[in-house]
Amino acid sequence: MAIFRVPTFHPLPDPQVTTRFLRPYPALRPAVTFALGATTLLLSACAGADGGSGVFRAVDLTGAGSTFVNPIMSKWASDYAGITGIRVNYQSIGSGGGIRQLSEQVVDFGATDSPMTPAEEANAKGGKVLHIPIIIGSVVLAYNLPEVEQQLRLSGDLIADMYLGEITRWDDPRIQALNPAVQLPDRDVLPVYRTDGSGTTFIFTSFLGSTSDRWNAGPGVGKAVRWPRGIGLGGKGNEGIAMLVKDTPGAIGYTEYAYATQNRLAMASIRSAAGNFVPPTIEATMAAADVALESVPDTSDLKLSLINQPGEAAYPIAAFTWLIVYETPSDIAKARKLAAFIRWSITEGDDRARALEYTPIPPKLVDIVLDRLERIAPSNGAQSVAGAVTR
Amino acid sequence: MTTSPPETSQRPVPEPSPRQTPLATRVQRAAAERTARSIRGRRIRSRIVIGFMYLASFLAVLPLVLILFHLVREGMQSISPAFFSQLPAPPGDPGGGMANAIVGTLILISIAAIVGLPIGIGAGLYVAENRGTRLASTVRFLADVLNGLPSIVIGIFAWQVLVRPIGNFSALAGGIALGVMMVPLVTRSTEEMIRLVPNSLREAALALGYSEARTSLSIVLRTALPGIVTGALVAVSRIAGETAPLLFTALGNQFWSVALDQPIAALPLQIYYYATSPYEEQRALAWAGALVLIGIVLIISLGARMATRNRFGLGSGD
Amino acid sequence: MSEPLHPAPGIDIPLPPANDSGLSPRGRSPGDRLYRGATLAAALAIPLLIVLVAIEVFVGGWPALREFGVSFLTSSEWDPANGVYGAAPAIFGTLVSSALALLLATPLALGVAIFLAEFAPSWLRQPVAFLVDLLAAIPSVVYGFWGIVFLIPILRESVMPFLGETLGLASTPFFSGPAYGRSMLAAGVILAIMILPYISAVSREVLMAVPRSQREAALALGATRWEMIRDAVVPYAKSGLFGGIILGLGRALGETMAVTMVIGNRAEISASLFAPGYTMASVIANEFTEATDDLHLSALMAIGAVLLIITIIVNAIARWLVWRVSRERSA
Repeated sequence: MAIFRVPTFHPLPDPQVTTRFLRPYPALRPAVTFALGATTLLLSACAGADGGSGVFRAVDLTGAGSTFVNPIMSKWASDYAGITGIRVNYQSIGSGGGIRQLSEQVVDFGATDSPMTPAEEANAKGGKVLHIPIIIGSVVLAYNLPEVEQQLRLSGDLIADMYLGEITRWDDPRIQALNPAVQLPDRDVLPVYRTDGSGTTFIFTSFLGSTSDRWNAGPGVGKAVRWPRGIGLGGKGNEGIAMLVKDTPGAIGYTEYAYATQNRLAMASIRSAAGNFVPPTIEATMAAADVALESVPDTSDLKLSLINQPGEAAYPIAAFTWLIVYETPSDIAKARKLAAFIRWSITEGDDRARALEYTPIPPKLVDIVLDRLERIAPSNGAQSVAGAVTR
Repeated sequence: MTTSPPETSQRPVPEPSPRQTPLATRVQRAAAERTARSIRGRRIRSRIVIGFMYLASFLAVLPLVLILFHLVREGMQSISPAFFSQLPAPPGDPGGGMANAIVGTLILISIAAIVGLPIGIGAGLYVAENRGTRLASTVRFLADVLNGLPSIVIGIFAWQVLVRPIGNFSALAGGIALGVMMVPLVTRSTEEMIRLVPNSLREAALALGYSEARTSLSIVLRTALPGIVTGALVAVSRIAGETAPLLFTALGNQFWSVALDQPIAALPLQIYYYATSPYEEQRALAWAGALVLIGIVLIISLGARMATRNRFGLGSGD
Repeated sequence: MSEPLHPAPGIDIPLPPANDSGLSPRGRSPGDRLYRGATLAAALAIPLLIVLVAIEVFVGGWPALREFGVSFLTSSEWDPANGVYGAAPAIFGTLVSSALALLLATPLALGVAIFLAEFAPSWLRQPVAFLVDLLAAIPSVVYGFWGIVFLIPILRESVMPFLGETLGLASTPFFSGPAYGRSMLAAGVILAIMILPYISAVSREVLMAVPRSQREAALALGATRWEMIRDAVVPYAKSGLFGGIILGLGRALGETMAVTMVIGNRAEISASLFAPGYTMASVIANEFTEATDDLHLSALMAIGAVLLIITIIVNAIARWLVWRVSRERSA
């Protein structure tokens, strides 16, 4: 009998027979030990399930969505749990997944880099959805060219052509033209894209669409687009793109700034609306936000785009991430916990955001957001202004 | 069995008699053709092919050796007491561990065992005791079919039945999916163990007035128990490494959670998430996790074998 | 009674006095009925589980199947963004990667099996058998991880340039395109390693079951060792060996994690082995938790249904083939 009982078809009975079974033995010991151990574990599990005290409490809030913000959400959740004891479990499954989970009311909140479309909002089972901007990030073009030391300069239409398969080698003259001082290697261009429903893809394709007509005519803009045939590698989540770029020489991919810096990926400077090349820095991202927020009406739904903001300082591929929550939540206690968490994150959490290379939302926006939060869960403990929903 | 043929160069070819079996004819005719050529040529060819067999065995074992080598080398670098006691750190933060994933895996396999063992042992008993009947043969066949179902499809089933209607991912859904996968393995091994119990034992018990149920349970099952326990433990070790059914049932959890109706971390899930991550700290942890997972699988399988080896006087050879 | 009985030879065990508990050997007592009912229920649970799984997967996949009809299986447009779902790339990928795996694994597995069954020296037999079987105990996710970190770079830096440029195969459609590393080839290689122990284990058992008389007869008639194997042992075990191969195929078809991690996840049909691809199992694993609408989910479940049917058929064929060997033998 093989040790690792490969589940095979045993066509023949084992010819070995009998004498071994005629010896007495305390056979039950291993079985009983196993059963006792399993029962103990299970009982302790049940004891924990009703929210008893101690370390085995259930999670307080669940959220899912954008991988763009996974690093900062994890950090906020972990620090917030340490300070207040409230546990927020965030699953980084992509903006599309977050929108769906919220619509199905499987999670308490979602996170998305791409605002919900009217169709998606109509599909949400819990009523009207509020978009709460909590952080600003930027989408960078990370590339893996071990031979190149300097920072590459790229423009929107060039990138679009790479993803369309029009530019296939790194030493293509058009890339060289933008980077006269750089010795470009003779490698294949290997674009990397997202296979999942991704707000980052939405931001990236919005940018490409605004700079390349060919892109608009082809794949277009969206959380998930029809990538051109025969081109590139698909990855899941911002982590997947960063991983693929990091592992594959010659690759170029779009990912959030934090992922690129933390993994020490080279990032390209992108040509701005004003024509100069802006490296992706926190200042450049903030500049984009400042310009956009110059005039925000009070009734704005806060689904603002930061793409291609005018000015020389603004990084052209900046974007908000929104937490999406129901305006009239069914569980008021949870809504209060969630609102408290959001309040903490946008007021106390901004130093952690900076440490992780994100851009916190500007103070003016913080005020607007705090105002909106009062709608779903007033901090003075009163009932939700919009009326609690009893089911 | 493997002696070489005597060294003769020319042999008279006997006329095949009408009653010879096709096998002998085949071999004779082939040998007859070849007696014209030198025996040495055939011998050389035989040696070459046998050399290929050695090569094939070497190539077959090579990936295993490579994998284990890399696993140990990378895993030992990142294994530390912190691995077993700490929770996962946020991406980019150093340190952290997979303590919740280890506990989660233990909980999941416990649930799987509770689901899978009764069904598996019961079915194994039935098939072993009713061997001639059509139902028993059909069930045995279907157990193999169930065994061959892709684990991701079982994950879909568990999601459809236990996650979608309830509305959230849960450890229970993951455990039940794993339990379903355990059933055919346990059935098979139980059946074989029961069949090994000599019939005389059963007949003796019945002759002495034991009821059927008591015979089966107190005598036969108990006799075969070490083997059944081995089979159960091997099945448990096999499903401990399954990832696909957990992808959308247990989902994973970055905190301590032992609640059965909540998402739960699991070692293979955590390894998957970290293996496909760009962060080096997470990849290092993934290696440690992989080493621990293989360690668990090996320890349970080997341990089960060792514990029952002594019971059986003769070691079980292949 | 706490000990099982030891019937010693030569001693008559007296029949018990007739008791009046009403028990007959066939078991009319409630205990017996309960026991038989319980084991029957457990046995019936197995077909029940299969049916339940099939029903749930089909019910879940029905909306997509109804929406797209036969074109679901034939169309190569897998476009979640626009709600168009054609499973042909996934089906193609599954078949190609499994075929490649079989191609690579079968010679090696049969070689190992023959080696172990026929002429391994006894000190080598146990360790090698143990090691080959150990391959089956490694979890799929560990294979995938090893593939990402070690296999892919080797393929990308050495094997693919060798095949493409040194051997000049890049001009053929099967080895064309840039070397991403993550490719159908990588999936085939990893799958080959994973199915090798299954083919080898079944083949070994089948070969060992060939009666000694066959072998001795062949040797007595003048065959060399290899000729004995080729002409006496293998033909006898042929259907069992074939069954083992089909069993390996069945496992390759359903393998998920390792393939997802090395195949590149691109939903397109391509003739080139260097190109990334998709398999049925990996498309489900990749997209299920992020499926953004019901049709997408349903399409994924429909792919699961197709995969289910294919694996059931393949495994049933394998089982029947191997079973035939045992019946032939006992006949």
